[in-house]
Amino acid sequence: MTIATTFDRTLTGVPTALARGRGGGGPAPKRIVVAYGFWIFILSDMIMFSALFAAYAVLAGNTAGGPTGAELFNLRNVFIETMCLLLSSYTCGIGVLSAERVQPTLFLVFAIFTFALGAAFLFIEATEFASMAAKGAGPSRSAFLSSFFTLVGTHGVHVASGLVALVYLVAQVLVKGLRPAVLRRLLCWSLFWHALDIVWVGVFTLVYLMGGH
Amino acid sequence: MLGRLTWAAIPFNEPLPLISMGVILIVILAVLALVTVKGWWPYLWREWITSVDHKRIGVMYVVLGLVMLLRGYSDAIMMRTQQAIAIGSAQGYLPPDHYDQIFSAHGTIMIFFVAMPLVIGLMNFAVPLQLGVRDVAFPVLNSVSFWLTATGALLINLSLVIGNFARTGWMGYPPLSELAFSPDVGVDYYLWSLQISGIGTLLTGINFVTTILKLRAPGMTYFRMPVFCWTALASSLLIVAAFPVLTATFMMLLLDRYLGMHFFTNDAGGNQMMYVNLFWAWGHPEVYILILPAFGIFSEVVATFSGKGLFSYRSMVWATLAICVLSFMVWLHHFFTMGAGADVNAFFGIMSSIIAVPTGVKVFNWLFTMFRGRIVFHTPMLFAVGFIITFVIGGLTGVLLAVPPVDFVVHNSAFLVAHFHNVIIGGVLFGILAGINYWFPKAFGFTLDERFGHASFWCWLIGFYLAFMPLYALGLMGMTRRLQHIPDPSWRPLLLVAEIGAIVIFCGVLCQIAQLYVSIRTREQRQDVTGDPWNGRTLEWSTSSPPPAYNYAVLPKVETIDAFWQMKRMGRAPVKPAYEAIEVPHNSPAGFITAFFATIMGFSLIWHIWWLAILNFLAAIIVVLIAGWSTEREHEISAAEVAQLERAPA
Repeated sequence: MTIATTFDRTLTGVPTALARGRGGGGPAPKRIVVAYGFWIFILSDMIMFSALFAAYAVLAGNTAGGPTGAELFNLRNVFIETMCLLLSSYTCGIGVLSAERVQPTLFLVFAIFTFALGAAFLFIEATEFASMAAKGAGPSRSAFLSSFFTLVGTHGVHVASGLVALVYLVAQVLVKGLRPAVLRRLLCWSLFWHALDIVWVGVFTLVYLMGGH
Repeated sequence: MLGRLTWAAIPFNEPLPLISMGVILIVILAVLALVTVKGWWPYLWREWITSVDHKRIGVMYVVLGLVMLLRGYSDAIMMRTQQAIAIGSAQGYLPPDHYDQIFSAHGTIMIFFVAMPLVIGLMNFAVPLQLGVRDVAFPVLNSVSFWLTATGALLINLSLVIGNFARTGWMGYPPLSELAFSPDVGVDYYLWSLQISGIGTLLTGINFVTTILKLRAPGMTYFRMPVFCWTALASSLLIVAAFPVLTATFMMLLLDRYLGMHFFTNDAGGNQMMYVNLFWAWGHPEVYILILPAFGIFSEVVATFSGKGLFSYRSMVWATLAICVLSFMVWLHHFFTMGAGADVNAFFGIMSSIIAVPTGVKVFNWLFTMFRGRIVFHTPMLFAVGFIITFVIGGLTGVLLAVPPVDFVVHNSAFLVAHFHNVIIGGVLFGILAGINYWFPKAFGFTLDERFGHASFWCWLIGFYLAFMPLYALGLMGMTRRLQHIPDPSWRPLLLVAEIGAIVIFCGVLCQIAQLYVSIRTREQRQDVTGDPWNGRTLEWSTSSPPPAYNYAVLPKVETIDAFWQMKRMGRAPVKPAYEAIEVPHNSPAGFITAFFATIMGFSLIWHIWWLAILNFLAAIIVVLIAGWSTEREHEISAAEVAQLERAPA
């Protein structure tokens, strides 16, 4: 909420005491409401991931005579992949900050960086999946691999939809300019993108570092 | 081209489903013809289908829930009748395959498409009014939520006509629900209808948490919110925290069934008990998602009809929040027999018993509110009193079941069936019926008929006791649940009593239909011109009945709990305000169209028609993208127009 309240002071000039919406000042301004709702959505998404993490933790040892994580994971590639995603969060942050300061060109440059890094992440992940499937270690080989592909794949689907949303929002910025409604959506999108990073930190630790050797 | 879909999917050789399907089709066609002949489509489209007004959406949820209640009830009476006649050498009229589908559909429909829409409908209708604001946080999203719920309901009813429904019980436990043992479309109907409606429910939860925490009238601090808003908040928080678990669990089962994965299979390292754990990690909070708003309704009803403020408002709020937290710590009591060991079972047994404490606090609060109150026995109050007695019995049998050794004896027996019907009918459903009777005049501007209301209450109450008290006894006598055939003829008398109970409940349903009919016929005499038919305490009674689209011309200033009561006592109502321009959201067809594509997508996924599924998925996404493009979602009603609307008699 710090981001959202700073926004209000800098951009719309709504006094923050009223903006908090804790009951003193009536309904909160739209920017607060939208960002708050999106936070709740992200929390719900995190809970869905936590169920997938739990399933992975339960099933990780059930390899049914098939390959284990240590035999399959290539930590060097995963490290590069991780760096791509973490860096894309950084460029995403700068991009949204420049949008906030109404610097559309700078925003576009960083949006392109973010997209490229996200796409690189997806490419590396897809290669990893394909090579595993080629070795006969596809999702239907064992319960361990089912939960692995589902957990990591769900994150990948989130990243892919994040990229689609980014293209869509860049189109909105180009057509409509950085008006408040578009800025609100960009803010939500950046929250989503950072949240995916947090999930990935969990995946990297639990799946790859703990299962990779 | 059409996947698994062939003419064999339509049950031509089974007269029972075929006849019911014919009747349903005729009714639907008749309704559509009537609407077309009368030229009501433009009105329906403009005022209801594309409406983003929380009151209209709330009413549509309630209508959906009541229609599905009839479907769920017909499943129930079919099962009761089968059990009453298929005893000893008699085999009854329902073959096992059909009977298994009926009990699965009954549970699924009653939980997801009766109780949930009714509870969410009442939340939709009442919460923004009680908070003194003009709409929910995300009105268009609200419409999407409703139509996705309707999609799920439609898909589950399609299974009656095309293909079949799951035979797994409403929990869909693997390995029975896996492809190896349920190869046809039944489980897929179950999974996809619940996945799609589950997204709608999750969005509702997000919407209401945001609404209640961020949109309230000036001065309405947390501890001035009506108790129903508190319970709606707790329920919405539970939705946000629990439904994603269900989505993930069903996703795993779907992956098992569609892509040959091994989450819950017998082979390749799958783990069935993980499904059961995950399912109830959602399932137990779900119980409280349903009951907490009912508690909220009773709190409003008891206070209003006792003419007193709620006894110990703060303890009521804390009890609600305590239940909200505790509900996540008891899921294992649904399967003590898993064999988790004495220490685990003891923990969950104790936690389950502890939930009775805040619930007991609530019961005493309602009793002390009534104590020395000026009680008026309108229909909602009757349901409230019936609830208190019935729910205490259901709660106590719940405490019994929470003791693991007892649970080992009566696990999966008719005793359990009696227990959860006792709390769901006596708690959730009575709450919903009280709420409908209570808020109906606010929604439509006239009160419901009291005579038929009272009659429906007595039928429901007596019918409930006749139908379910015998099941407690039968459970202790050793009758397990879901029996298509009764082996022991000595159970016959009690089963007949249960059958009579189900018929008495049906009389209650008939009384409610009559109540609605008579009330609409005599609506001129029963108009609610004051907007405050019950001498209410909370803000929704301070606006007109029905309220204008914007609810409040000027947002009320709140200085205390029971804000409207205080305004009346201080002589401040009605206020003559200076009107200002109001922003109202535009109508949006996005929800309806998204749900339209989602319905076809769900259907094609069930029948493995991949190209159609992909097309409709893309179409639904495009609708969302188009809806997300606009930046002009509101229009303004000028101050002069507001003043004119407020002067005109409703």
